[in-house]
Amino acid sequence: MSNSEPVKATGLHVGEASPGVAKVDPILKASNVTRKFGGLTAVNVEHVEIPRGAITALIGPNGAGKTTFFNLLTGFDSPDTGTMEFNGKSLSGMRSHQIAKLGQVRTFQLTKALSLLTVLENMKLGATDQAGEKILGSLIPQIWRKQEAEIEKRAEELLRRFKLYEKKEDFAASLSGGQRKLLEMARALMTNPTLVMLDEPMAGVNPALTESLLEHVLDLKKEGMTVLFVEHDMHMVRHIADWVIVMAEGEIVAEGPPDQVMKEQAVIDAYLGSHQETDLGVVTGRIDIIDDGEKK
Amino acid sequence: MDWIQILSNTVESILSPVTFAFVLASLGLAMHFGFAGLLNFGIAGFMAIGAYGYAISVLRFDLPWWGGMLVSIAAAIVFAILLGAPTLRLRGDYLAIVTIAAAEIARLLFLTNTFDDFTGSASGLFGYHDSFRAANPIPEGTYGFGPFTYSETDWWVRIFALAVLAVVIWLLWALSRSPWGRVIKGIREDEDAVRALGKNVFAYKMQALIIGGVFGAMGGVVYALPSAVNPTVYVTSLTFFIWTALLLGGAATVFGPVLGSIIFWVLQAFLTNVLPALAQEGGILESLTSQQASTLRFILVGIGLMLIVIYRPQGIAGDKRELTFVK
Amino acid sequence: MQLSKTRKRAVSVIAALFAAIMLLLALPVSATADEVGTEFDDRVFGNVKLDGESLGGVEITVRGNGYEASTVTGDDGRWVIGVPERGAYEVILNEETLPPGIAVVEDGGPIKQIEFGLTGTVVTNYFIGEGERTAVGLWPQFFTRLVYGINFGLMLALASVGLSLVFGTTKLSNFAHAEMVTLGAVVALFFASLDINPFLGILLAVAVSGFAGFAQDVVIWRPLRRKGLGIVQLMIVSIGLALTMRYVFQFFIGGSTSQLPSLGGESFKLFGTLTLSTTDIASMGISIVVLIAFALWLTMTKTGKATRAISDNIDLAAASGIDVDRVIRYVWITASALAGLGGILWAYFRPGIKWDMGEKILLLIFAAVVLGGLGTAFGALIGALIVGIMVETSTLILAPDIKYVGALIVLIGVLLVKPTGLLGTKERIG
Repeated sequence: MSNSEPVKATGLHVGEASPGVAKVDPILKASNVTRKFGGLTAVNVEHVEIPRGAITALIGPNGAGKTTFFNLLTGFDSPDTGTMEFNGKSLSGMRSHQIAKLGQVRTFQLTKALSLLTVLENMKLGATDQAGEKILGSLIPQIWRKQEAEIEKRAEELLRRFKLYEKKEDFAASLSGGQRKLLEMARALMTNPTLVMLDEPMAGVNPALTESLLEHVLDLKKEGMTVLFVEHDMHMVRHIADWVIVMAEGEIVAEGPPDQVMKEQAVIDAYLGSHQETDLGVVTGRIDIIDDGEKK
Repeated sequence: MDWIQILSNTVESILSPVTFAFVLASLGLAMHFGFAGLLNFGIAGFMAIGAYGYAISVLRFDLPWWGGMLVSIAAAIVFAILLGAPTLRLRGDYLAIVTIAAAEIARLLFLTNTFDDFTGSASGLFGYHDSFRAANPIPEGTYGFGPFTYSETDWWVRIFALAVLAVVIWLLWALSRSPWGRVIKGIREDEDAVRALGKNVFAYKMQALIIGGVFGAMGGVVYALPSAVNPTVYVTSLTFFIWTALLLGGAATVFGPVLGSIIFWVLQAFLTNVLPALAQEGGILESLTSQQASTLRFILVGIGLMLIVIYRPQGIAGDKRELTFVK
Repeated sequence: MQLSKTRKRAVSVIAALFAAIMLLLALPVSATADEVGTEFDDRVFGNVKLDGESLGGVEITVRGNGYEASTVTGDDGRWVIGVPERGAYEVILNEETLPPGIAVVEDGGPIKQIEFGLTGTVVTNYFIGEGERTAVGLWPQFFTRLVYGINFGLMLALASVGLSLVFGTTKLSNFAHAEMVTLGAVVALFFASLDINPFLGILLAVAVSGFAGFAQDVVIWRPLRRKGLGIVQLMIVSIGLALTMRYVFQFFIGGSTSQLPSLGGESFKLFGTLTLSTTDIASMGISIVVLIAFALWLTMTKTGKATRAISDNIDLAAASGIDVDRVIRYVWITASALAGLGGILWAYFRPGIKWDMGEKILLLIFAAVVLGGLGTAFGALIGALIVGIMVETSTLILAPDIKYVGALIVLIGVLLVKPTGLLGTKERIG
């Protein structure tokens, strides 16, 4: 683990950084996406593009519609209106598992480790195109044994990287909250994704683990994957994100590189609207909460 | 009290076709609930469809016995698809209510006079045995020892049932330890997580529902093989008894449902014999009529079910860490 | 057991109304019917009357499924014939045994085709008179069925609102709720056997039902809530409890059908084929009054409002100072007492008491609750009326022995199309 500042990707957008700005190479695009619950409009996004090969953070106060928007992008919820494109392919009418097959994998705010499967089984479940997962093929081990061995090898490599190898035979239920987050992320990588979407990867994680989680997210970028994450921890956002998109009341109110966005009046207002009791300095990341090693 | 007779009757229940039918149905439920997490409370409906499918095709359409069984399997698949297509998206407890209602609809339709020509309504169906018995390779005679002494027909029914059971146990075992079984167990734990990994959760649940349903239907066939199809059998209580047997043995295991069903029926047989005897010959149950005494065993089933679910939800054969209940 | 002041008041209001209605209807009780085939559980029975006067000595024959039995009506006009199995039978009234100049004056004459439904009893009544034929068009029939349906729906509502309330506050799909329906009827039967005033007996039975709800919560459900059992486990525990209770009833009253003592009164021929007895009318009156009292309790009293707060958000309710355990205890008492009352009224409507009578309507209760929206008591009330009316009116099209099928299909349909029911609100996802 290094203490050096991660290298930020720049030059991601075309023209002035403003809500809905076009990206040089977008991986994901959404236009006119709305989602209403009863009378309440949870999401109303006019246009947004997610830059390829970079780490993008989606932030905003509680109830801003971040998770709902996440669910819409991943097919876990359907929008009332609007279009979405992933790698130039329309996602309209696609179900979540179909979207996942395109190479867009997600994690959940409330970690979904499959508690009564072992850590290794959790990992193997992530691998795609398994012959043994077909109902008829599954009955004849000769068909899937070789592929299973390969999957196991890859899973073990990833488990070593995520420091979970010793736990591979344990039920996932026995892991700590942070380890489950790691397992969920490692399992997501088993699908060989091009876009990794993390819903609050830091929520409920023991501080001792946050640093290694951050490293893992940065590693994804190094390996050429695109990351989009929802986060409340402004320190993490500022530290690793190349691009920040701010949502408030279902709309995108600002976007841009982290340093600029944190200073924008619209962002401060958005947080003031719902976080009047919070110290603004903390919220907007101008006051460092963590130690010097990572200070700018 | 004739203890020899009581013990003999008790031991005999191990090889009774009803026990085999229970084992088959509870293996079906193990697939549904234990492995895939589907709360199917309509297993009695699958059994009814198996039993009626077999008897109606043999009696009314002159199919041979194996043709009747294929019809039963096909009917169970159709029922599973009809049931699953709209409901597999529902929350667990909603699925429970839908399946129990669907099984009840099936039972009422078998019971009604409206379709008397096919179903025999309240009298049920009988006299469909010729084809199955004609296929019996065992020469006429009585075989066996002690409590397990049967005629060639009774042996044929039991051997056939055991063969079906062997196939079903192998299928469940092979499926549960394959990558397919891993996906199914993942869905039991959290279907959204599995969906996010690009698996078609709906298709997997449907496959599990069909396979378990076919096991249940074969249970219905085995129930009907030795005697008759009686509509009073396939009530919701049957579903609950099978659940009891399943949870007793351990829902998420292959061996558990087998063990649970056998214990269930051995206990039932024992109590059926012993309780009325206790009532008749005095002792602690002296003041009871024999009917009351035999009702006691069902009261014990109810209490037993509560105690298992509260204190040992993983069942006898289950792993202590492996509780299969959704919180 | 501690009752809040408001609750006490509500109880005394209900009790007073109940007693008043009952006393108004108190009339002498008449003699018993002539019965044959009493060795069988399933029965066909009826009451032969001419212009409201009971006719004795009329010969009735039931034939079918290889069985035949005849009886003559008692002085009270009643007859009961037990049959070996549920199925289709022919019921024949021997017109020779009627007084001169009198005949059966409805379509089909003295021969009727009957079929058993879910219950082990079928009521067969004849309309007889001096040639004055009643035209039985579709509309009068529909109207008759509609009134029966409302009557049945109201009883169903008594059972359903409680189940809904329990589900709302504890998230338990209580399969044992139908056994509370049976319990009310069985306890009423017990008090009837003590030869006390039947109305007092009914009141006591309702009280015992309420107490059983209290006991259930204290002995089973509250400890399990503490233990943190999941909803599926709780549901299966309730199935175990249902089986236990059901067979305990069978243990005590056996497998046959028993009757509560008649409350007397007479039958009124209203429109077309619609005949209602005073018991029917009283039953509907009681249901309506009790349901209104329940609605007032739910909306006006502190405890009632608290149940809704708990249904909406239990943590928020607890945080805002509501004693959740206490409110849930009242919910169990109320739900069980209402179900018990429903059972007693249903015992008169069916008529008869059997150990598994509750189980027969369990799914109809669920249908009512689901139709109205799980966890909303008023939804359950409306759902119950719809289910009751649907079950009864569907016999105009369907064979009587599949009249419950329609309700079950609606149950499934609602869960598929709008799982939140008629009055439920859409849950927010994510």
